[in-house]
Amino acid sequence: MSSSAKSPPPGIGMSRRGFLKSMSVSAVATTLTTTVATGAATLATATRTAAHDDAPPQLIQGLTPLTLTVNGNDHTVLAEPRWTLLHVLRECLGITSPKPGCERGECGSCTVLVDGVARYACLMLALEAQGKSIETVEGLMHGEALGPVQQAFLEEDALQCGYCTPGQIMAAEALLRHQPDPTLEEIRVGMSGNLCRCGAYRHILTAVAAAAIKKKS
Amino acid sequence: MFEDFAYARPESVAQAAQLLQDETAHALAGGSDLLGCLRERIFPVKTIVSLSSLKELRGIARTAEGGLSLGALTTLAEVAGSTEVQTLYPGLAQAAAEVASPQLRNQGTLGGNLCQKTRCWYYRGDFDCLRKGGASCLAVHGENHLHCIFGGDACYMVHPSDTAPMLQALQATVWVAGPAGDRSLPLEQLFMPPAQDPTRETTLQPGELVTHIHLPPPMAGQQTSYRKVRARRSWDFALAGVALAVIIEDEIVTSCRMVLSGAAPFPWQATQAEALLTGAALTRERVRAAASAAMQGAEPLTHNAYKIELFKGIIQEELARLVRE
Ligand SMILES: Cc1cc2nc3c(=O)[nH]c(=O)nc-3n(C[C@@H](O)[C@@H](O)[C@H](O)COP(=O)(O)OP(=O)(O)OC[C@H]3O[C@@H](n4cnc5c(N)ncnc54)[C@H](O)[C@@H]3O)c2cc1C
Ligand code: FES
Ligand code: FES
Repeated sequence: MSSSAKSPPPGIGMSRRGFLKSMSVSAVATTLTTTVATGAATLATATRTAAHDDAPPQLIQGLTPLTLTVNGNDHTVLAEPRWTLLHVLRECLGITSPKPGCERGECGSCTVLVDGVARYACLMLALEAQGKSIETVEGLMHGEALGPVQQAFLEEDALQCGYCTPGQIMAAEALLRHQPDPTLEEIRVGMSGNLCRCGAYRHILTAVAAAAIKKKS
Repeated sequence: MFEDFAYARPESVAQAAQLLQDETAHALAGGSDLLGCLRERIFPVKTIVSLSSLKELRGIARTAEGGLSLGALTTLAEVAGSTEVQTLYPGLAQAAAEVASPQLRNQGTLGGNLCQKTRCWYYRGDFDCLRKGGASCLAVHGENHLHCIFGGDACYMVHPSDTAPMLQALQATVWVAGPAGDRSLPLEQLFMPPAQDPTRETTLQPGELVTHIHLPPPMAGQQTSYRKVRARRSWDFALAGVALAVIIEDEIVTSCRMVLSGAAPFPWQATQAEALLTGAALTRERVRAAASAAMQGAEPLTHNAYKIELFKGIIQEELARLVRE
């Protein structure tokens, strides 16, 4: 369930698939306007009270409007406090590259970037992501072309079933932004939060090293 | 999906303290431990009190005395990556870097690391163990490979934190805010021994939260290190770990603090080993004797006696490294 208040315009930074998805999402949105109204009241009160230091902050319960910035686009959805960022990305926004694996912070398949650093979307409440910049594999595309890390994974055959791949790619992306010239040991540490049940590790490490070179050219 | 809860994001520590007075309200820092507990439905959570707006609890600053003040919301990645921490207390940077995975260090905070719940599989699993209000600790006659060899009493958990032993070796002070105002306590007093109350992990009172951790300025010549052994090379909790803060002058140990992880339900200070090392030269015999002294009085359970030899090994290796450096 979601509403895409500011539907991002198709074009630069958005693939055709992403555009089609956001269209179907805003179609759902129109059916939701009545529920949005009640939720909006809750958040409005919450922010107003929060401004006064001594008054206890308003408790948010049930569906509440929430604006998330994903790959540079703002999306407003209705979310419950108990929904994780992973849940909202996939089930409300149709952004399905972050994958649910363990949902306990153990496997890394849900890895996204939050304000430029890699985090597990399964262990973050969606409400905590408000006001932060969220990036997923969808945001690494250059129009219809793959970004350098994606391209390196493709060329190095760094996957078998591919389920862990979006998480691996985001972990690699974060690593290379902070360490553009990683040693093999640094790659190992940087990628240690991502498991691959198919055991494609050797090719994954090669792909990250290849992506480091690609990113510079 | 988690059970339903209400969410509040207080704008001040006072507001947070007020909300946390309710037993079913829980502070949310990075969420890397709390959300796992929510998923397993370990304890009832009616309200989540997000600390994310409390900017004053974030970051690292120099204290007037020349030590460091670490905000409770400082992430483990920030602690590990801080040049001040690396320069003044390299062992703490090491300990923070040994926690979990890169993603978890980006979200996990220092305050959350100290206040996290045990990873005991009975506690985390669908078992009615003593810590959750059941009749007894199921580890005693069960699968206790990862449980404690010291300090067990009624409950035999190990404390999961990697930073706590190092902070205790560095004589850290914990600052706490609550409904009755601020107070400070030595780090070792933050942890609740099961002998006193096996259902609580910390001595925090209802409504209290950790705001800062203060470190005294490093003593001249102080060497610090944290060594952790785990079952596999990527992320895992400590099977055994040793935090050291040692001063060696003219080959004589003039000061020594040794605190173990993976040993007890709280960071375990190896006082007998410390006493044996202080005032002595680190000869091979002395190092071996200190490692044995550290394990004196250990009470292993049915499946974890291996920890005794493991601890002896890493204590000797770490002390030998100090001599070489
Ligand atoms: C797969 C995995 C592997 C891990 N490996 C390790 C490891 O190797 N070593 C290790 O040390 N840890 C490990 N952890 C535990 C990890 O959760 C902590 O290291 C992390 O620091 C917790 O911080 P947080 O901010 O995410 O805590 P949260 O989950 O937000 O909070 C944890 C607990 O502390 C309370 N709390 C949080 N902040 C405060 C505060 N300021 N005052 C009072 N109470 C507070 C919360 O209410 C909650 O009960 C691992 C966790 C996972 C999921
Ligand atoms: S699904 Fe998030 S770490 Fe496994
Ligand atoms: S490619 Fe199948 S899980 Fe990694």
